[in-house]
Amino acid sequence: MSRPHESAELHVSGAALYTDDLALPAHTLHGAYGLSEVAHGRLCGLELEAARQARDVVDVLTAADVPGVNNYGGIVADDPIFADGEVHYAGQPLFLVVAHEREAARRAARLASARIEPLPAILDIRAAIAAESFVLPSKRLVRGDPDAELARAPQRLSGSVGMGGQDHFYLEGQVAVALPQEDGGMHLWSSTQHPSEVQHLVAAALGVASHAVSVSCRRMGGGFGGKESQPAMIACAAAVAARRSGRPVKIRLDRDIDMLATGKRHDFLADYDVGFDGDGRIRALSVMLASRCGYSADLSGPVSDRAVCHLDNAYFIPHVAIVSHRCRTNTVSNTAFRGFGGPQGMMVIEHILDDIARHLGCDPLAVRRVNLYGIGERNVTPYGQIVEDNILPDLLEQLASEADYAGRRRAVAEWNEREPVIKRGLALTPVKFGISFTKTSYNQAGALLQIYRDGTMLLNHGGTEMGQGLHTKVLDIVARELGVPNAWVRITATDTSKVPNTSATAASSGSDLNGKAAQDAARTLRERLAAFVRERDGVEIGPEDFDGGRVQIGANSIPFAELVEAAYRARISLSATGFYRTPKIHWDMDRLMGRPFYYFAYGAAIVEAAVDTLTGESRLLALDILHDVGHSLNPAIDIGQIEGGFMQGVGWLTSEQLYFDSDGALRTHAPSTYKIPTARDWPERAEVRLFGRPNPEETIYRSKAVGEPPLMLAIAALHAIRDAVAATPGGAGRPRLMAPAVPEAVLRAMGAVCELSEERSPLGDTMGTTSPDATEQTAFRLI
Amino acid sequence: MGSRDDCIRFLLDGEVVEVSGLPATTTVLDWLRDHAGRTGTKEGCAEGDCGACTVLLGEYQGGNAPLRYRTFNSCIRFLPTIDGCELVTVESLVDDGVLHPAQRALVAEHGSQCGFCTPGFVMSLAGLYLEQPAPDREQVVRAIAGNLCRCTGYRPIIDAGLAMGGLEPAKTWHPERVDTPARRAALAKLVRRRTLELPDLVAPRSLDELASWRQAEPDAQLLAGGTDLGLEVTKALRNLPKLIYTGQVPELHVLETAAAGLRIGAAVPLADAWAAIVDAFPGFEEVADRFASPPVCHSGTLGGNVANGSPIGDCMPVLLALDARVELRRGASVRELSLADFYLDYRRTAMAADEFLVAITIPGAQGCWHYAGYKLGKRWDQDISAVCAGFAIQVDAKVIVAARLGFGGMAGIPARAPAAEAALIGATVEGASFEVAADALASDFEPIDDLRASASYRLISAGNLLRRFGLALTSEEQRKPLSVWEVTP
Ligand code: FES
Ligand code: FES
Repeated sequence: MSRPHESAELHVSGAALYTDDLALPAHTLHGAYGLSEVAHGRLCGLELEAARQARDVVDVLTAADVPGVNNYGGIVADDPIFADGEVHYAGQPLFLVVAHEREAARRAARLASARIEPLPAILDIRAAIAAESFVLPSKRLVRGDPDAELARAPQRLSGSVGMGGQDHFYLEGQVAVALPQEDGGMHLWSSTQHPSEVQHLVAAALGVASHAVSVSCRRMGGGFGGKESQPAMIACAAAVAARRSGRPVKIRLDRDIDMLATGKRHDFLADYDVGFDGDGRIRALSVMLASRCGYSADLSGPVSDRAVCHLDNAYFIPHVAIVSHRCRTNTVSNTAFRGFGGPQGMMVIEHILDDIARHLGCDPLAVRRVNLYGIGERNVTPYGQIVEDNILPDLLEQLASEADYAGRRRAVAEWNEREPVIKRGLALTPVKFGISFTKTSYNQAGALLQIYRDGTMLLNHGGTEMGQGLHTKVLDIVARELGVPNAWVRITATDTSKVPNTSATAASSGSDLNGKAAQDAARTLRERLAAFVRERDGVEIGPEDFDGGRVQIGANSIPFAELVEAAYRARISLSATGFYRTPKIHWDMDRLMGRPFYYFAYGAAIVEAAVDTLTGESRLLALDILHDVGHSLNPAIDIGQIEGGFMQGVGWLTSEQLYFDSDGALRTHAPSTYKIPTARDWPERAEVRLFGRPNPEETIYRSKAVGEPPLMLAIAALHAIRDAVAATPGGAGRPRLMAPAVPEAVLRAMGAVCELSEERSPLGDTMGTTSPDATEQTAFRLI
Repeated sequence: MGSRDDCIRFLLDGEVVEVSGLPATTTVLDWLRDHAGRTGTKEGCAEGDCGACTVLLGEYQGGNAPLRYRTFNSCIRFLPTIDGCELVTVESLVDDGVLHPAQRALVAEHGSQCGFCTPGFVMSLAGLYLEQPAPDREQVVRAIAGNLCRCTGYRPIIDAGLAMGGLEPAKTWHPERVDTPARRAALAKLVRRRTLELPDLVAPRSLDELASWRQAEPDAQLLAGGTDLGLEVTKALRNLPKLIYTGQVPELHVLETAAAGLRIGAAVPLADAWAAIVDAFPGFEEVADRFASPPVCHSGTLGGNVANGSPIGDCMPVLLALDARVELRRGASVRELSLADFYLDYRRTAMAADEFLVAITIPGAQGCWHYAGYKLGKRWDQDISAVCAGFAIQVDAKVIVAARLGFGGMAGIPARAPAAEAALIGATVEGASFEVAADALASDFEPIDDLRASASYRLISAGNLLRRFGLALTSEEQRKPLSVWEVTP
């Protein structure tokens, strides 16, 4: 039995409080942004008078009003809180209207206007590469002699792989409240995965020291990476407004502004050249991998690094060269999103293997199998980490046999032979995902545990709760270490004044890091209590003596609370901090070499899909997942992460289309036009199981991280659709199926949509494309 | 206690709530969150597309008719439109500290992760429970079609819907327990004796009263279900003119079904209108099902959809195929117009400023007709169509004797396809005839590129929908799957 989410009853009764639900102090003001409608230009002036004069308006802020640094970029200081001098994307905040009511602020914001002198805009990846427009220097990872081996390989293919970006579409939009404190202090309620970063950036924006700012977050209504670096933008703006007015200021973005102004998953483009043998085994691979970063660096460096480090996915590539370009475009600055570049890297290799299989005319699974990392051999990644714990061959074979891949492959072929209109497709793709922040210093966590005299305790740790069940898991760990019922442990808002200098809750690391830190704190207190017993009673007690809310002392069993009270009277400290840092990892960021990951999490999925040759509509018919979470901390929560991650990946690859018009303005910025999956899209026949082998590394109770890896299981969905497309006459060979595989893209891949005019629809281009050979790349030039 | 004219009254948790002094465009959601401090109901989009704000509306339908509870999107519904009703929110479902079966099932099935979508799902499932405590999978999926969840992948939520019927039944919010004399009496007390008249909204209570308001205030804006107009306020931030709300006019709620055809009052909710259409003209189930989410179909009206004149409204292709007519009234005079003549240009109709839509009539069918309606979008549920089609052909001795092909998304207005129709009339029912008709569409339409689809996709897929219709008609003996949704997993 898995414990339900610690807030489940609050969720279902509407009693769980999100940032927007917190009762506001009297006189709280509300802020609303004015955004640029121009993708690139010189900001010559703002006409704010009409907004200032509007009913209920108190203040209008611009870049000039930021007392400290006008920046919310966490790594590189290139993200202005308000545009200053130059406008970098359509959707960039120019000013903030502050009013007594939110509606008044929103309406007044529309009364203001900006004078922007347009400058040439670079909107897509190809144009950025051509102009060498990069936010960060390109990186190169080479192993062996790819050029020579490519020339020598028995067979060779080249092509391009493209994929679109993705909006996080957390159901709760970005929101922050800044509450001025005495003596220059500022407290913030922020819906953030990274309270410490919000704290430090707000302090810099206000020009005060970090200790003057505190940030708390009880829960988010979804994060998915979208609340890692982005919340600082509105938190800084709210804090500046609060400082100026001396009153609390709340900013809650409406959905359109949220989608226009904040970053998304990077769209990627790759050109590849691969050499292989008659079995499809890769001899050498050369890839140009480019990400659309938008106008600033944000997290694009580490996102692109992770893409490079996941381009191998589960496969050994003996000779390899990867060039990674981080393209600067006049679009919103793309950011962290579940998988953090990993999914995009994997998409490339999975596409290449699929191409090889279709070129050779064999089952793609056969080609995937011969390329898997070996055990004890063929086991070094391009970046030099040895794959020590490779359970994937076992996992993959277990899935293929339990889900009867071979039988279903035959059934699909028979169906396609028989059926003219609806075609079916089948695909199995694996996932190997590296766990740890690639920036080694982020791999640390702290916790604070305080026991009160009645035996109940309050736990705080550096992780944030965004729905992933982190608090449920960490709470369980502490209760288990101290042998008390879960109800005795309470977790309150993550707060920078409880645990300092925390890392973002990201990179799937939440329970690995914070679980261990909390365990450390719990063990410290348990050992302190044991030492007290030793001194008082002369009895040695161990972990197993703390159980069921009682403590076994020799022949006596006493209530835990009684021991706590006795310890209190004996003047024993009943609060402790805990700390953890991940062992074994090291990483050379520039050379892209080392052991960036403590371990890998694995999984595999089989998806069966149907496509309509008349309309291009597709549907996922069946799903089988076998996924590795080590020894699960909470099977129900882990399965929830796997299913939810898979579905989010399915949305990315099938229905979620970010449509930028030719001026660089995003036209799909609300759920009416941006379509994430609904309940009907969950495959009617689905089997999701845990692999269940403990983590060989010494993680918390031998579990494994689960947040991100399952998203990439969705690559099987795209390949199942591609497989079905390949069963049509027009799609035979290597179908040009781009992601997202919306109906139009699928119909095009079947060769069934011919152009009406010379002008290309912008759709194919911004969304990423796939073309079988390099000559066709120019035909698909972006925008 | 006499009712007042300028005060909105509704029932909430057994108490009568009276609200006055707020703008008529205050949404139910904003009232709940900002004025009543009930923050359980969430805003995810403020446009009726995510379901986080879903609540239930209880309606007393007079006499012995049962109380009816249906979901709606509180984010786009104006508060005055729930006058006289019962409002049920996620907080209302907790009965003396005991969770509703929909809530308990969601906990047990691990149906909430971040929990932000959860209150909306609870309400959709509770609404379903009040109709059918033990639903099947299709009913569950349909009931939550308008609720987005970004965390779970939906599986545990679907399972919760399937499990709730097996749990200890709800004490209050159960189909057999909710309709009590006390609740009926409380709602009956809210029935108005005088017209609700706010400074910026009037809710006439008869057709004649509506007609005179319409003439007196030609600049006023008619408000029906508000599923489109609500967005003008929440998203476009427009100041609306005075509103004349049609929802309280009993004559507009009349839905007549007879052999002579259907007559659908302009204020009949989409859910009821579609049920009647599908019942009378089998073949339009897909469009009916995909038209919009249940909460939107509960609030939105067929009349609103038709009068609004959106080029991508999904009712129109079907109504065009059915040769529907609109009944317009101005003062005391009534005129009828073919729907095909109603649309003049992009969002412009033949309706005069002081005129209003009374009903949509659909003639009964003589002879052997075949119907089909298809919709194309990026998602099955709750998407605005790239292309929507409604087809009707009459067949006599294997020859097509009449054809009406309605399309949406292909032009600035919903329109028939005369060239394709001409190609079909006189042809035999076989694949080749539909091929010719599909090719003829190129002379009927010059669609545009936009974020939903390119012009070429629109034209090609529209033709393919005709081909699909042809295949459906000609392969009836050994029917092959013609849609991915006809495939058994
Ligand atoms: S808030 Fe999204 S439907 Fe109402
Ligand atoms: S639980 Fe987070 S959106 Fe559904």
